[in-house]
Amino acid sequence: MADGNIGLWTVPLAVLGGAIRVSTPFLFVSLGECITERAGRINLGLEGTLVMGAMSAYGISYLTGSPWLGVLAAGLTGALLGALHAGICSLPRVNDVAVGISLMLFGTGLAFFLGKPLIEPTAARLPAIDFGWWSDVPQVRAALRINVLFLLGVVLAPILFWAFKTTRWGLLIRTAGESADAARAMGHSVLMIRLRATMAGGFLAGIGGSFLSLFYPGSWNEGLSSGQGITAVALVIFARWDPMLCLWASLAFGGAAALGPALQSVGVTSGYHLFNAAPYILTLLIMIITCSPKRTLSGAPAELSITR
Amino acid sequence: MIGEDPTPSSAFGVEAIAMTMRFGAFTALDNVELKVRPGSFHALLGENGAGKSTLVKCIMGYYRPTEGDVLIAERERAISNPRDAHALGLGMVYQHFTLVPAMTVAENLVLARDDVPAVVNWAKEKQALEAFLSHMPFRVPLDAKVSDISAGERQKCEILKQLYLKRRFLILDEPTSVLTPGEADEVLGMLRKMVEAGELTILMITHKFREVMAFADEVTVLRRGKLAGRGKVSELTPDDMARMMIGAEQLTVQPARTGETGTIRLEVDRLVARDDAGGLAVHDLSLTVRAGEIVGIAGVSGNGQRQLVEVLAGQREAESGTIRVSGEAYSANREEMRRHKMSLLPEEPLKNACVGGMSVADNIALREFDRAPFARGGWWLNRSAFRQDATAKIDRYKIKTRTPDTPIAALSGGNVQRAVLARELGHDVEVLIAANPCFGLDFAAVAQIHAEIMAARNRGAAVLLVSEDLDELLELSDRLVVMFHGQLTYETRAGEADLTEIGRHMAGH
Repeated sequence: MADGNIGLWTVPLAVLGGAIRVSTPFLFVSLGECITERAGRINLGLEGTLVMGAMSAYGISYLTGSPWLGVLAAGLTGALLGALHAGICSLPRVNDVAVGISLMLFGTGLAFFLGKPLIEPTAARLPAIDFGWWSDVPQVRAALRINVLFLLGVVLAPILFWAFKTTRWGLLIRTAGESADAARAMGHSVLMIRLRATMAGGFLAGIGGSFLSLFYPGSWNEGLSSGQGITAVALVIFARWDPMLCLWASLAFGGAAALGPALQSVGVTSGYHLFNAAPYILTLLIMIITCSPKRTLSGAPAELSITR
Repeated sequence: MIGEDPTPSSAFGVEAIAMTMRFGAFTALDNVELKVRPGSFHALLGENGAGKSTLVKCIMGYYRPTEGDVLIAERERAISNPRDAHALGLGMVYQHFTLVPAMTVAENLVLARDDVPAVVNWAKEKQALEAFLSHMPFRVPLDAKVSDISAGERQKCEILKQLYLKRRFLILDEPTSVLTPGEADEVLGMLRKMVEAGELTILMITHKFREVMAFADEVTVLRRGKLAGRGKVSELTPDDMARMMIGAEQLTVQPARTGETGTIRLEVDRLVARDDAGGLAVHDLSLTVRAGEIVGIAGVSGNGQRQLVEVLAGQREAESGTIRVSGEAYSANREEMRRHKMSLLPEEPLKNACVGGMSVADNIALREFDRAPFARGGWWLNRSAFRQDATAKIDRYKIKTRTPDTPIAALSGGNVQRAVLARELGHDVEVLIAANPCFGLDFAAVAQIHAEIMAARNRGAAVLLVSEDLDELLELSDRLVVMFHGQLTYETRAGEADLTEIGRHMAGH
């Protein structure tokens, strides 16, 4: 077995490893979007935030030599883009979905523009922890090389779940998302709550982007994100605005995304591109299954523009 | 409660002096004076648009009055936002619930505090809440989600929330509009006891004379932004107060009930419909309405009435069951509605029966716009026919609009409903379905709408009237049924109806 020839076991193992690796950006973006949407706003611009985050993380990591400063820079860039979204949305008669789409285009465009000089150089990458030391099968070891950001995300999900229930900020965010009138009647500024929630969401999405450029795939180029940002927004709906379900859904999407490469590695090459489309097919299926013209989604924050 | 508390521990009075509030060229309040004595139950009466809400919002700091002062416990205070008012011990219970439906009662109560701890220790908070509730006249289930409790319990929660926050001056904005008469008496009776014990002062906005007579000490009446009268309730009759509210305006006289009941026009058989969340809203409901008869459906809001009307109006698909009109199967399409001369007065007419951005004339023609004389060949519209028809109806139904081309959304609620009335009742009617047709309208509009509904009945229409206003139902209906949890649970002739009996069935007992 030491030669690594483990036959068809490669596929589930690669899917597992892929699930862990590919899911990290999904996880961060969806947790971020979860915060934003629970406050009653949809930020579709997170795709742009993700790419901007990836670019700024790569740039800062390259300039300073510290990938962690890169992660921080990505988060701050994301928070800034979140503030921009929230700022525009707080103007009267502005639709958050339309603003999100324009910010998505703005973010990706700006990242490509600013990131041109970063395609060539190599930046310091994020470290990974080897959880596969006990095995001498290379595939197992590869699958279990887990990045610290993934672990952070896994810890963050239950923390958010707890925070929505038991902290002042969690309660305020939910109030703003469920009934803006109630929040106003208690003297809270709904716009401020949503501004902060959108900034927090952008911060996490930016960090999700830093994972793309600093760990997997681990370089900066214009084809870095293949719509993970926008898929993660759909994933929040699938996860019923529950951070724990966001975690499981992210893993499922990550696994689906790893299916194509995994099958290719065991020699199944026909339909490679079809398998690569698995996450998008999954998104479509989920949307079709969970949506009905006859009822509104359960668990949806009542102030969300898609449920009103 | 505790001496060091910054808010007063017992009832105090509030006065508004020479309040004037202008919004641009419009004067909503004109030199109004209001004096609520400490430890009293004060009623603020007035029609919609009389300035009641504006006045209390000035007191609560939502609006900054153009002129005038607020005196709290005889001291002049500057209240520039609701937080200032809260800090002075003023609290308000709104007409629309301000509880968050997706959260539990306990979460809602803790959330309302100004000092919500950064991390909430739920075990400790629940203990404190239980201790607080044990001193209160009514109880609420702390762990239930607000969306799962009844309207009566929600209203109790709203009031408890104010007491929990140690507010000693409560403003209640039409607090009983969603309650059964029994629940209303229970809630107001308990508040009355707290007032008598000197713990509370209450200012209640209402238009129900029964509640004013039964619970209030004093009353202030507003009309069109001006003080129209005030006095001790014990020295006034409902007629006196009504005269203060309406002034010299002439109301439409309702025609007498005439004619015989005819054949069955509308027949609903074991109808099942779901609400937006997928829950069962209308459950095996069967019902018949005959020609020349008004059948009233009573019930607390949220018992499936809305969904029933939506199915009849074609806005919602039924899950199962059949509807027959004049013996023929009915699926609420345009052709059937025209053939059977169906008319609809849905609730919230601007949302459910009008296109807000289109003109009054277009909205009046919505049902017939592609038929002669409005259109030639089904597609070439004749604008002058629209205008002619609209001008005639605007005149006949006393719709107050600048021109027939004004967008209907610019009209007041009463005039929107008059325009819908003109469209729906301006021709022969065989079946009329009306849902809360007078909600939020002034006396003149209410009298006119009631007269038109009665006239339609006398001309032989079968009328199904869904309403949350029992007085309206008792006045108009021939037969009254009570709807509870999607089912009809009680039926009586309106002439022999017993208010307590109806109230009991509305509450599901």
